[in-house]
Amino acid sequence: MAREPVIIVGASHAGFQLAASLRQQGYDGAIAMLSDEPLLPYQRPPLSKDYLSGKIGLDLLLMRPEAFYEDQRIDYLTGARAVSIDRAGRTVRLATGERLNYGHLVLATGARNRVPPLPGIELDGVCYLRSHAETGDLRDRLAVAQNIVVIGAGFIGLEFAAVARAKDKPVRIVELTERAMGRVLSVTGSHFFAEAHRAAGVEFHFSESVARIGGNNGRVDHVALGSGARLPADLVLISIGVVPNSELAGDAGLAVANGIVVDEELSTADPAISAIGDCAVFPNRHMNGTPTRLEAVQNAADHARCVANRLMDEAHPYTALPWFWSEQGPIRLQIAGLTTGHDQTVARGNVESGEFSVFCYRGGELVGIESVNRPADHMQARRLLTSGRQVSPAEAADPSFDLRAAAAARRA
Amino acid sequence: MARVTYISHDGKETTLDIADGTTVMQAAVFNGIDGITAECGGSCMCATCHVYVQEDQMAKAGRMGADEDAMLEGTASPRQPNSRLSCQLTASPAMDGLIVRLPETQT
Repeated sequence: MAREPVIIVGASHAGFQLAASLRQQGYDGAIAMLSDEPLLPYQRPPLSKDYLSGKIGLDLLLMRPEAFYEDQRIDYLTGARAVSIDRAGRTVRLATGERLNYGHLVLATGARNRVPPLPGIELDGVCYLRSHAETGDLRDRLAVAQNIVVIGAGFIGLEFAAVARAKDKPVRIVELTERAMGRVLSVTGSHFFAEAHRAAGVEFHFSESVARIGGNNGRVDHVALGSGARLPADLVLISIGVVPNSELAGDAGLAVANGIVVDEELSTADPAISAIGDCAVFPNRHMNGTPTRLEAVQNAADHARCVANRLMDEAHPYTALPWFWSEQGPIRLQIAGLTTGHDQTVARGNVESGEFSVFCYRGGELVGIESVNRPADHMQARRLLTSGRQVSPAEAADPSFDLRAAAAARRA
Repeated sequence: MARVTYISHDGKETTLDIADGTTVMQAAVFNGIDGITAECGGSCMCATCHVYVQEDQMAKAGRMGADEDAMLEGTASPRQPNSRLSCQLTASPAMDGLIVRLPETQT
């Protein structure tokens, strides 16, 4: 007898990988994947990089060609928005009124752009960068933009700034906190990136709020700062982070706390419902079990594999090491582990030369390593942090210390 | 164009004609060849598009960059002297006839 039908709400990195992994492992039940976008599942990381710059087209963005879904018997429903879950009846209702039965439901609903309650936010020329459609619009506008203001100096804002500067567009970035990518990077890393972007011509306004977005005839024409300064703008990118899409779960009575709350096997309190990827808050082994929500391709894909294993009756707790990357102009940033709350850093390599790693410690424990143009360090970092073995601050700082040998030896 | 043959871990052979400029990873993904994950989408960030180039064809595969060399340190299946990341193997006439074997696992 075939296994029970699986419905996956969301078709980005987590949803896609779950469907693919289930079939790869021989899951013989029906699989339906719901997307509220009109496209086949596509990769998001290139949106803010090669797709935005025009280097690649939609064909290279797709996860798989259309035939894949037919071959793998994955029922892929585009433009399908799930609006409610009937847990007792095990059905999902779509916006169209249609009801789908599930044996297991996986919420891979992702996150959406955080929209600040600013006067002028509705003006034409205010853009976002998360979906394919938004990026297409942004790409068209970027081509003709004269003055660009980016609100928020996170990964997305800075990746966009790098692409815009490569097209020689004036870019001004307004950031509420005092530094770039402050939520995820050490002070050392943060300062390095701010300097690199400045050298490329970006103008930063740190520790600055936005008072309003000003317009003329419905089109944006400036951004007014809290300090009173006025930045000219015909294109404004809002990149101040995301909000998890947890309403579907919350409305169904499932626990929600900055995301859909799941246990260490990524199951909600309802054993027939799991949540994976950007929308899921899970006890993170790399943060002493603290409930954590991560926005990362690695997390999405590894969550999916974990749930696929459980549905194949090989349940195990989620333990994968988090890792992240960003590409900003010629600079490659790779982060292994979670550096949240670190209280000590040691730089390895040469910060001035732009090839270095920052080892981050929390209470004396190595918790994460940021590598800038040092991919070898990053790969050793993944091994080290996965094994849980330590490199002392003194060892990290010592250029003659053999990180590779340490990572290899300690993996055994 | 380059004709490239993929041999899966269980021995299944697939041959593809790959247009110049397309990578061995992209061609595999778009032609439904199992065994290449390519989690980062071809940015040389994840080491999940690992392949073993037939030993006597290393020159055909072209030169390896420093980033790729570094990322190969983290493959899920053991790195061998003939290991490459297929997202860095861009098809050209010089690559015609290349044979790559896929590892047991990418993750």
